[in-house]
Amino acid sequence: MALKIVKGSIDRMFDKNLQDLVRGIRNHKEDEAKYISTCIDEIKQELKQDNIAVKANAVCKLTYLQMLGYDVSWAAFNIVEVMSSSKFTYKVKIGLYAHVWICQEIGYISQYDTGVALTGLSCFVTPDLARDLANDIMTLMSHTKPYIRKKAVLIMYKVFLKYPESLRPAFPRLKEKLEDPDPGVQSAAVNVICELARRNPKNYLSLAPLFFKLMTSSTNNWVLIKIIKLFGALTPLEPRLGKKLIEPLTNLIHSTSAMSLLYECVNTVIAGHDVNGSPFLPPFSLALFLFLRFQLCVQKLRILIEDSDQNLKYLGLLAMSKILKTHPKSVQSHKDLILQCLDDKDESIRLRALDLLYGMVSKKNLMEIVKKLMLHVDKAEGTTYRDELLTKIIDICSQSNYQYITNFEWYISILVELTRLEGTRHGHLIASQMLDVAIRVKAIRVFAVAQMATLLDNAHLMTGNVQRKGICEVLYAAAWICGEFSEHLENPMQTLEAMLRPKVATLPGHIQAVYVQNAAKLFATLLKNQEGNTDRTAAQETSQLMIDRLPLFVQSANLEVQERASCILQLVKYIQKLQQKDVEVAEEVIALFAGELNPVAPKAQKKVPVPEGLDLDAWINEPPSESESEDEQPKAIFAKEEPKHSRARHTEVDEKELAKRREARKQEQANNPFYIKASPSSQKVYQEAPGVEHIPVVQIDLSVPLKVPGLPMSDQYVKLEEERRQKERVEKKKKEKKKRKEKRGGRGKKHDSGPESEEDITPAHMVDIVTEEMPLADSEKLPVRSHRAAEALKSPAEDGDAESPASQEPKKKSSKEKREKKKDKDGDRKVSVKNGNPTRETALWMYIYGAEIDIQGNLQDGSQVVVSVIFENKCDNFLKTMEFNVLDSLNSKLQRPEGSGPHDGLSVPFQLPPGVSNEARFVFTMQSIVMPQKLKGTLTFIIKNEDSSTHEKLDFKLHFTCSSYLITTPCYSDAFAKLLESGDLKCSSVRLEGVNMPFHHLLARICFHHHFSVVERIDSCASMYSRSIQGHHVCLLVKTSGQTVSIDAKCDEPTLLGNVLDEIKQTFSQC
Amino acid sequence: MQFMLLFSRQGKLRLQKWYVPLSDKEKKKITRELVQTVLARKPKMCSFLEWRDLKVVYKRYASLYFCCAIEEQDNELITLEIIHRYVELLDKYFGSVCELDIIFNFEKAYFILDEFLLGGEAQETSKKTVLKAIEQADLLQEVRPHVVTLHYE
Repeated sequence: MALKIVKGSIDRMFDKNLQDLVRGIRNHKEDEAKYISTCIDEIKQELKQDNIAVKANAVCKLTYLQMLGYDVSWAAFNIVEVMSSSKFTYKVKIGLYAHVWICQEIGYISQYDTGVALTGLSCFVTPDLARDLANDIMTLMSHTKPYIRKKAVLIMYKVFLKYPESLRPAFPRLKEKLEDPDPGVQSAAVNVICELARRNPKNYLSLAPLFFKLMTSSTNNWVLIKIIKLFGALTPLEPRLGKKLIEPLTNLIHSTSAMSLLYECVNTVIAGHDVNGSPFLPPFSLALFLFLRFQLCVQKLRILIEDSDQNLKYLGLLAMSKILKTHPKSVQSHKDLILQCLDDKDESIRLRALDLLYGMVSKKNLMEIVKKLMLHVDKAEGTTYRDELLTKIIDICSQSNYQYITNFEWYISILVELTRLEGTRHGHLIASQMLDVAIRVKAIRVFAVAQMATLLDNAHLMTGNVQRKGICEVLYAAAWICGEFSEHLENPMQTLEAMLRPKVATLPGHIQAVYVQNAAKLFATLLKNQEGNTDRTAAQETSQLMIDRLPLFVQSANLEVQERASCILQLVKYIQKLQQKDVEVAEEVIALFAGELNPVAPKAQKKVPVPEGLDLDAWINEPPSESESEDEQPKAIFAKEEPKHSRARHTEVDEKELAKRREARKQEQANNPFYIKASPSSQKVYQEAPGVEHIPVVQIDLSVPLKVPGLPMSDQYVKLEEERRQKERVEKKKKEKKKRKEKRGGRGKKHDSGPESEEDITPAHMVDIVTEEMPLADSEKLPVRSHRAAEALKSPAEDGDAESPASQEPKKKSSKEKREKKKDKDGDRKVSVKNGNPTRETALWMYIYGAEIDIQGNLQDGSQVVVSVIFENKCDNFLKTMEFNVLDSLNSKLQRPEGSGPHDGLSVPFQLPPGVSNEARFVFTMQSIVMPQKLKGTLTFIIKNEDSSTHEKLDFKLHFTCSSYLITTPCYSDAFAKLLESGDLKCSSVRLEGVNMPFHHLLARICFHHHFSVVERIDSCASMYSRSIQGHHVCLLVKTSGQTVSIDAKCDEPTLLGNVLDEIKQTFSQC
Repeated sequence: MQFMLLFSRQGKLRLQKWYVPLSDKEKKKITRELVQTVLARKPKMCSFLEWRDLKVVYKRYASLYFCCAIEEQDNELITLEIIHRYVELLDKYFGSVCELDIIFNFEKAYFILDEFLLGGEAQETSKKTVLKAIEQADLLQEVRPHVVTLHYE
């Protein structure tokens, strides 16, 4: 085994690699085949080796040979084997070598082939691939054709990203390309370097002078933008560059008409300034300069924002917000403009403007801005935007500790006004603001309490409907403020009553809890006030009120409410007892709620020294094991298990443990300046709210129409068209019959049925039957006319008809008319006279109902076509022994009963008395349906009258068009797109000039004559579909502009497609 | 540019081009999300939106939405220009282009895009050059069999 491997590797040294193979093939031009066969033998040997590398090499060569057209399928197994090898590089190499070789080999034949290869490469560059191909692509960068150079340069960017090592050797060449004579290559190089520089600007500083030159000389905006972007990346590294750039940039800003370029310039200036300005202060002159150009930028931005184009407005605001960070002053002067943007129809613009406002407020303008915003809140439709406004108002006002608020009464009234908002989700935000302000701003408490009392009084406005659920959070704050600062209440009794209304029970639990607790505080204050009076009854009445109302809360489903209510109820009952004994209790009751809450700064805890011996980092209890995650347990289980746990633990807890816990609780309390915290249930409410708000399902449904537009419409008119034609036909038929009847009597008068038949024909036909000039005796000659050549054939018909029959058999004369008709599964669809020339004397009418496709046969055997023929006897004699015969061709055969020879006729299974018609069907077997067919046939029959019987013969031609092999098949646009995506279809197209008809007529015509159905129609463009009986898909794209109709077509069978297109062309050439 | 999507008013994806490698699942997710967001926007709204850490620039032409995702530092206006230029190219090539053209000749639409953008960067800013390249390629496609043999003569 070992020996074999060694042998293998020695052999390898002499193996040909791919390059050798190619070189060899070129050197053996004369005996290429021989050379290749020896190569293939070698490859076979190589494939037998155990060494996977050898095999890979062999497979590489095989791929090349296959490209040359040699059959390598015998090696399929080996190829799969190598492909499945664990080493990815082999796989890559095989695919890739083939690829590189495609690039290089075809490279000098067609630049576009190489282009395609490169484009393909851009989609799947991997590090391995990048490494292997870097050199090849680098070579292509100096290709003679700019087209290739350009692609190669751009591809290098992808290669650099995947395989950065390639950058160093490629860089000089890339730099060279910056000065390429072809502008495309140049811009590609700028592109690549710009993108690279954004990732790592340091390496590209040396290129700055070159780019500077480019910037001042180039007029291509696409390139300029990239260059400016590049400088944007470079300036932070080289401050001098910024100074140098000022002038050209300013020039550009002044002169350019391209908004994209202007925007890029402004952005670069802003970004450059950002870095220049803050960390290292530039010299004074530069600072001045910067300021000046800054003003310029802001000026320009103003132009952008004032533009009617929403996009520019948006971008202007975006850039403004960037400037705002460094130069708030220069933006502030444009407050009016930004406020104006709040009126914009576009929500995203309004939101941007709001963002800007946040940074623009000052003590002076805060009230004005907020007033403006409040107006918008009233007008705003759509909850999202209104909520956004609300939060912004609160953000603006509360930023940096209410820095800009000079009058808190104003702020409280703003907050109260905001509570009037319907359906907002931010009730808790307003509530927390109210609490915050009331607690922190002592001076405001009187005013706040009065406002809150009003709110409580009008609480019913907030609890009314479901939509207002969010806002009732405010009541939480109102109740708390009224309770806590009840000494400021003007009319505490009224507030107490408001708090104890039965309606309160409909509020969420956590709010009710606050109500109950604060009712108690209020009660305490009231007692104190009332006990001061001489009249004791007032105090007792208050107690009674509490005792009457509280039981409602005791019954509450919410545990917190229940617990607080029953506690307080008992307390009040006790107080009432004492009151009845005339004991003064107010002082003691007040003591329950004594002590003032002071705001504590978030960092205040740091100022408290940690007591000695206390290690805050040490675990108080054993740290919980990680596997034990109680949080994850569902709530129900938690609730059930909780009591058990606590009881079990309770016994274990010793004194020390308790002390520790107390300590911990104290700590926690210390961290908790406000003892009121939103209960978890309140948070839950808010989490649920957005969920409800989303309901994207409805929106999706709305945006997706139920039907593909165009389809029903076109179907409709196709149907209409059909109906119309049907009607016309019926009328025509009637007319014709009438005429004929007349004419049969009043003989001698020839008539031209040309227009008649012409009109009848236009509807459609599956199979044309063309009667040829018949080899009949002169006397028997019948008027025969192909409808298409109706005029031309007129005269022979005249001759034959008008004279001879009259002399011999006046009434026997038979003129034959063939009609053809297409039948569909669902019944007759189209009838058309084919060679109609109803002369005066007609004996037999032969209608051929053309090529009804045998649907049954179609499913199992797509080669059967059924032709239905209607025979109508128009003479006064009996017709019998009719025999239908067709001369078979190689491709199509008339199906005859078993045992009959290939030239035997088929007897028509009926006889025709005068004036009777009947239908017979004949089945044809087709091998190929890609070509139209014409079959010659004969109909023989005997005309029998009293005295004699005559043999007669009628020749005709059956014309199977390719369209007749198509079946109208509906197709939905999705399926249609899928079909086209499959990529198996060949393409072909046709142009029709001078078609002067409405587009929908045009479509109807194609549908009708060629059995297509409209898939989708958009304006003057429609896609159509049909299927052949053998399952070929035919797709059309019909477009019209003016009188030119272009039809692009795709089909899996190019010959069929070509013929169908020819037929379509012919259809329209006739009109 | 990270990727470009073309979809119809009905939310059907007509063309997609990704310049960053992503899994199919991720692509589907992004497509669904973006199509929904963009279609929900009103006609009067501006063409930009911030999405994840990218900027999305979209524009509607007739029944088709052209939607590009670009990076933070990229220029939105030039992206709009790129979209517009692509539409111009399609229009020139197909002759008053409509959605059905892109369904029917989707490979051509891709090809034009590939000639115009390469790896997410504009490769050719001249309309004429791009159209010329496409015409040449069309010719090539028709005479391809000869071209292959040509080399070995």
